[in-house]
Amino acid sequence: MLREKNQKEIDEILSRYPVKRSALIPLLYLAQREQGFITEAAMREIAALLQLTPPQVYETATFYTMLNLKRVGKFHIQVCKSLMCALVGSDTLIGWIKTKLGIGPRETSPDGLFTLSAVECLAACGTAPMMQINDDYYERLTEEKVDRILADLRTTGTCSLKTGPFMWPEPATKA
Amino acid sequence: MSTHEPILLKNMLRLDYSGSLADYEQVGGYQAIRKVFGKMAPKDVTQSVMKSGLRGRGGAGFPTGVKWGFLPKDYQGPRYLCCNADESEPGTFKDRQLMERDPHQMLEGMLLACYAIGAEVAFIYIRGEFVLGAAILERAIAEARRAGYIGKNILGSGTTVDIWVHRGAGAYICGEETALLESLEGKRGLPRVKPPFPATHGLYNKPTVVNNVETLANLPHIINRGPEWFASIGSPPKSTGTRIFCVSGHVKQPGNYEVPMGVTFRELIYEHAGGMRTNKPLKAFIPGGASAPFLTPDHLDVKMDFESVAAAGSMLGSGGVTVLEEGTSMVWAALSLMEFFYHESCGKCSPCREGSSWLVQTMRRIVAKQGRSQDLETLTDLCKNIAGRTVCAFGDAEVAPIMSTLDHWRSEYTSLIHEAEAANLLHPERLTPRH
Repeated sequence: MLREKNQKEIDEILSRYPVKRSALIPLLYLAQREQGFITEAAMREIAALLQLTPPQVYETATFYTMLNLKRVGKFHIQVCKSLMCALVGSDTLIGWIKTKLGIGPRETSPDGLFTLSAVECLAACGTAPMMQINDDYYERLTEEKVDRILADLRTTGTCSLKTGPFMWPEPATKA
Repeated sequence: MSTHEPILLKNMLRLDYSGSLADYEQVGGYQAIRKVFGKMAPKDVTQSVMKSGLRGRGGAGFPTGVKWGFLPKDYQGPRYLCCNADESEPGTFKDRQLMERDPHQMLEGMLLACYAIGAEVAFIYIRGEFVLGAAILERAIAEARRAGYIGKNILGSGTTVDIWVHRGAGAYICGEETALLESLEGKRGLPRVKPPFPATHGLYNKPTVVNNVETLANLPHIINRGPEWFASIGSPPKSTGTRIFCVSGHVKQPGNYEVPMGVTFRELIYEHAGGMRTNKPLKAFIPGGASAPFLTPDHLDVKMDFESVAAAGSMLGSGGVTVLEEGTSMVWAALSLMEFFYHESCGKCSPCREGSSWLVQTMRRIVAKQGRSQDLETLTDLCKNIAGRTVCAFGDAEVAPIMSTLDHWRSEYTSLIHEAEAANLLHPERLTPRH
């Protein structure tokens, strides 16, 4: 199934590595992109592609937190809760999201749009509190920003408040 | 404030610098490989890097040239370079900036390292969450490939180097170099038993060098301006060059600041990062990422070089400086970091796997005011039985927050426990069984 749709991309991934198994995580990502999470069928197919046993694929897939073996919402909100963010209000941030969406960590909204997770350090400690939603970082969050981000995601599926190429402090502010 | 010239952040500090190949070439980019490829013997490149005194910027601070020198000289098969862009140490966010704002600087550094060690293939192992960073690197690699800087017979020198981006998938431990290699091989990220070291048995069991992003980004400058120039910066002879320190926590202006090694924490925190965010004084700080023991206001005049911070009882580590203001509970802070380590323990070694669980449970009940006086002994005993008894340095790291807060702020633990014990006298029914 994966193969039919993505043969070219799979070949390109395989070509990078001298040993096939190295392509495992990239292929698991591909499966996740296609279906939103990694199904058992996808893992079996990847095992066959890489000449691995299904348990070899499973043991890798279960080690990494970014590989979802269960369905998550269309927008996966991951709030950093490590100390650096906690010092400047990650708890408050989780509180705002809970109020606005009615979900706490490890919960998905009934419409299937949002899943909230409290996660460990995402390497954005200087711009805390922060969160990642799908592929994008949102930093130096305030209640107003969170409002706008959630509203924009609902209506347009994206939000311009996401961080671009990172630099902090910004050169302009350094003067 | 000491004045100094930024090296690694210099380009990106210009408002009009986009990090594109054209921009990088305009500021002298890819001149270092022109100088080296086909013109300098690889061992002389290694020699230059040794002479510069450059030490690894990922955390351990191992001399880079020496690390390269460990590769077997007469080995005929493939060798690999892995760029460690996992940046997973809490408090650290410098590599992200180096990759996203000036990717070619790091790529040129990788090319130089590949030339020195004789690697034709290099991988950038970037943490999975940096989706944007990975895309920027892919784009930069494609640009450099089109311009003939990456690929076969680079600039007609006969040197071949290919560079690939490989995304991790969310595991702190994959910043440990052998766990990184396991992960890159498509396995669970479990650190390997050493020896053998990656220099002889690394990726696919082949000679391999793993270097941090910031380490590699320094290389073009060392080649262009000479090892003597580099060795004169900072705190020679043992801590040369600049470091990008990442300041977070209760300061006015958190962020990345590049300063010569050897400035004091006081200067970094109060001058560069603007001092404390309110009128509450500084209570504690972490000098080098979550794995480094907490230090106190008494240590503010310690110099930020490898030796001085070690002598103060902590480590310069990854350069992540986190500042805590008066009023922050140190027991809570230690628990917060312990939750991190408990979540991230890979599970390979029992002292760490079981110990982190036991530590976090003990800490949780102390913070919840359900502790008992013997808990402090339990904590100390556990810490002593984890540190130094694991395959990788994670074991030493995870006990650092608890050990250092017990050392400097023990009374905060005892007052929480006294409160709990006083409450238990009034309400014996609240006593819960425990292991």
